[in-house]
Amino acid sequence: MDQKININKQVDIQPKKKKKRVTSDQLLAVGFLLPSFILLLIFVYGFIGWTGWVSLSNWNTLVPDFSFAGLKNYIYLFGDYRFQADLRNTIFFTILFIGLVIVMGLLLSALIDQKIKGETFFRNVFLFPMALSFVVTGVVWQWLLNPSTGFNQFLEVFGIQPKWYTDTTILAGFEWGSIEFGLPVAIIAVVIAAVWQMTGFSLAMYLAGLRGIPEELREAARIDGASEFQIYRKVILPMLTPITVSVVIIMAHISLKIFDLIYAMTGSGANFVTDVPGVYMFETTFRGNYYANGSAIAIIMLLLVAVFIVPYLLTNRRGDN
Amino acid sequence: MATINITKILKYIFLSVMALFFLTPVYVIIVTSLKPLDEVSLAEMWTLPSTIDFTSYTQAFTELAPNFMNSIYLVVPATLISALLGAMNGYVLSKWRFKGSEVIFTVMLFGMFIPYQSILIPLIQFLRSIDLYNSIAGLIFTHVVYGLPITTLMFRNFYANIPDSMIESAKIDGANFLSIFRRIIIPLSISGFVVVAIWQFTNIWNEFLFAVTITNSGSQPVMVALQNLSGSQIVQWNVQMAGALIAAMPTLLVYIILGKYFVRGLLAGSVKG
Repeated sequence: MDQKININKQVDIQPKKKKKRVTSDQLLAVGFLLPSFILLLIFVYGFIGWTGWVSLSNWNTLVPDFSFAGLKNYIYLFGDYRFQADLRNTIFFTILFIGLVIVMGLLLSALIDQKIKGETFFRNVFLFPMALSFVVTGVVWQWLLNPSTGFNQFLEVFGIQPKWYTDTTILAGFEWGSIEFGLPVAIIAVVIAAVWQMTGFSLAMYLAGLRGIPEELREAARIDGASEFQIYRKVILPMLTPITVSVVIIMAHISLKIFDLIYAMTGSGANFVTDVPGVYMFETTFRGNYYANGSAIAIIMLLLVAVFIVPYLLTNRRGDN
Repeated sequence: MATINITKILKYIFLSVMALFFLTPVYVIIVTSLKPLDEVSLAEMWTLPSTIDFTSYTQAFTELAPNFMNSIYLVVPATLISALLGAMNGYVLSKWRFKGSEVIFTVMLFGMFIPYQSILIPLIQFLRSIDLYNSIAGLIFTHVVYGLPITTLMFRNFYANIPDSMIESAKIDGANFLSIFRRIIIPLSISGFVVVAIWQFTNIWNEFLFAVTITNSGSQPVMVALQNLSGSQIVQWNVQMAGALIAAMPTLLVYIILGKYFVRGLLAGSVKG
């Protein structure tokens, strides 16, 4: 009975009634969201601001010292051998890591998508490392790529004994600041472990993308006389571009802030060949008590990530509306 | 026809080689962890153990057990609270949008991508000031707060699939904001909760940076203990591998049993739902 009246009322004086009820519910809705929003405002944006402030201070001892230091810590870092090596390593790690994750994910998903036998088995084998911790991955790969055992026992047959993460060679190096700029061979070992762990992500993304492409499209291309390879290059790959963009962004932010894998697997390495800003920040802040320097590293890491994330978030969010 | 068969065979060979590569670490972990210490040497890394010996497991377990329990005390509440808050936020952001709610969402979402190094020093100062530093409660709080963006995103995308017409007709029947959430949204959210819970469980269990900086003794989670195991003493590879397997077991089991939901979470983690 009550409901009936309610409905009638709505029909009669709909605008007024509706508006009133929506307002109280809307208030509740805002109330639901507000605590989380305020928490994130403080703990993300507020704390970033706080870190930024510390990075401009003289707090490089155990005792907090918030006196203003200007850009001193940043200037120190950009002249610092270790930090320059970190930037170099991050660049090469990121490029190799993203490139390999994309190529492997594409290749494996294209093969798995072809209604092969044992599809579930293969998919699970390539995906399970995603469930592991970078620490576990680091511990295991540290042993597998140990120069005196592991894979090198097989490679002995071919007469090669890579020094993996202990190698201090810089490929194609040239003077750059105080360091040699080029590909640190040791970083390849870390890339292998990271790719082993994260390929499952791009594989799952691409597989979902491939499943979304209607079979008729491939049929049509086949009728037009396109080869399988051409179909992939001309039809399927372009359709997967949004997925590739997502994978690149997500892998880039993982790679730019990586810490645990390297900390567990190799540490900084001789001559800092496997050091990254994440490890430097941790050690200088929590082992060395250089809080201002550590904050400056953190802010630089944040800016590097923001270069990728902010445009992605803004365009993505706009596309949603 | 013959060429088709050759490409087919090549495909399987390639996939099998890759599968072998992906499974190599598993082989090494299992084989090494079952060896007695005197058989663990650099030269004999790949050989099978002559006898199956579980002493490395008992040794790793006694060392890791307290930390393993810490991880459980951390993961269970952190997962539940962050999932519940995510569901509340996702409900508002998908079904009760208001002017500015999209901006709020984007602002919240950014928190998912920041390197946590950039909030770590203030966070530790804050936790010290409220006496939660070096405590599991402090880690729970941390993971709840920084888990909010991803759980909100996942639930928002999940609820986008619930037709608006259902909400509308419930409103016409006189249901309000809370009763729609309780009687319609929550019952429809079971699989959403499974996906989000698995995702949070895996991430929090595996997390290392917060764990190693916020806790420093009795309350350290298992991943920190595993890392310490490899850093300390003479490296006992068999104990370390057994430890790695023990530490990885919960998330691995979740993946094996609920793999479908795990993959769904993985896909939901990319911003576009």
